[in-house]
Amino acid sequence: MGILAKKKKRAGAEIPTSSMADIAFLLLIFFLVTTTIDVDTGIGMTLPPEPDETTPPPPVADRNMLKILINAQGQVLLEDLPSSVAQIRNEVMTHVQNNGVDARYSDSPGKAVVSIKTDRLTPYNLYIQTLDEVWMAYFEIWDTEARSMGYANYVGYRADLEDPSENEIRDKWPAQVSLAEPDPGN
Amino acid sequence: MAHFTKKSKAKPEISTASLPDIIFMLLIFFMVTTVLREQEVQVRTILPQAEALTKIEQKRYVSYIWMGPEKLRGNAVGDTKVQIDDAVIEDLTNIRSIMYRKLTEQPRLIVSLRVDEESEMGIVTDVHGELRKAGTLRISYSSRRDISSM
Repeated sequence: MGILAKKKKRAGAEIPTSSMADIAFLLLIFFLVTTTIDVDTGIGMTLPPEPDETTPPPPVADRNMLKILINAQGQVLLEDLPSSVAQIRNEVMTHVQNNGVDARYSDSPGKAVVSIKTDRLTPYNLYIQTLDEVWMAYFEIWDTEARSMGYANYVGYRADLEDPSENEIRDKWPAQVSLAEPDPGN
Repeated sequence: MAHFTKKSKAKPEISTASLPDIIFMLLIFFMVTTVLREQEVQVRTILPQAEALTKIEQKRYVSYIWMGPEKLRGNAVGDTKVQIDDAVIEDLTNIRSIMYRKLTEQPRLIVSLRVDEESEMGIVTDVHGELRKAGTLRISYSSRRDISSM
């Protein structure tokens, strides 16, 4: 009886926690090795929804549409004029910021659309360069607008927004880039 | 003399009791940020360079589609192929159902197109068409930062 009681008292058992750190370290090292923290960067786009026969696409006045055509040889046609990728940025900026002044460009920033059309054999690299120039034009417009509001740049303005959906600059200068339906076959 | 004995008595030891907690914190951080299964990409994708980049911070929304010449033995490359997850897609019309299923699982899906810079627009246009049919309209053309412009 006396022996049993003594034994029970002794076994105020505690799990040794000294090896806990080691176990945690092992797990930590495993996850350290398998982690990749690279953030994917890219040019964001929204595709147009699948065309519907009952609802035709909204008509866009010719002057509000800036057409960029890139052919299989990598030549750029800007509003039916032979051009180069380097000229796209300025042309987009004039087009969007026109506000109805020049009859060849858009009525207002809200109506301005940039349309990119490619051929099946157009190099992808050139398409990305074109898209990049178009987006850079919009970024420059946004930056100018943000500076006039007292921010360093557009990124600073966006970081300061409480609700990202209430982005005044983007509402004022919406980026409307459309991908034209490709020509069927060649 | 009394002072000296006092010094030798005090055994300064850093308490290691909170060590496991610290390690666990780190562990949890890395567990959360880890993406376990990195797919083996069977096509070559040298991404194009661009300036107007945006980061996709919500990695769980992203699904990748790789497009590029198929990697063959050695350094040779074959025809341009499309890969989603682990599989090379031979019939492009399958993309529709695959992406539709992904969209039902994650309604805020962003499709990141990792296209080799030497590809042609034809295959990209085909994939666009399939994505539009599937209703996955948010895409991103994965690109590297243009080093020369920095």
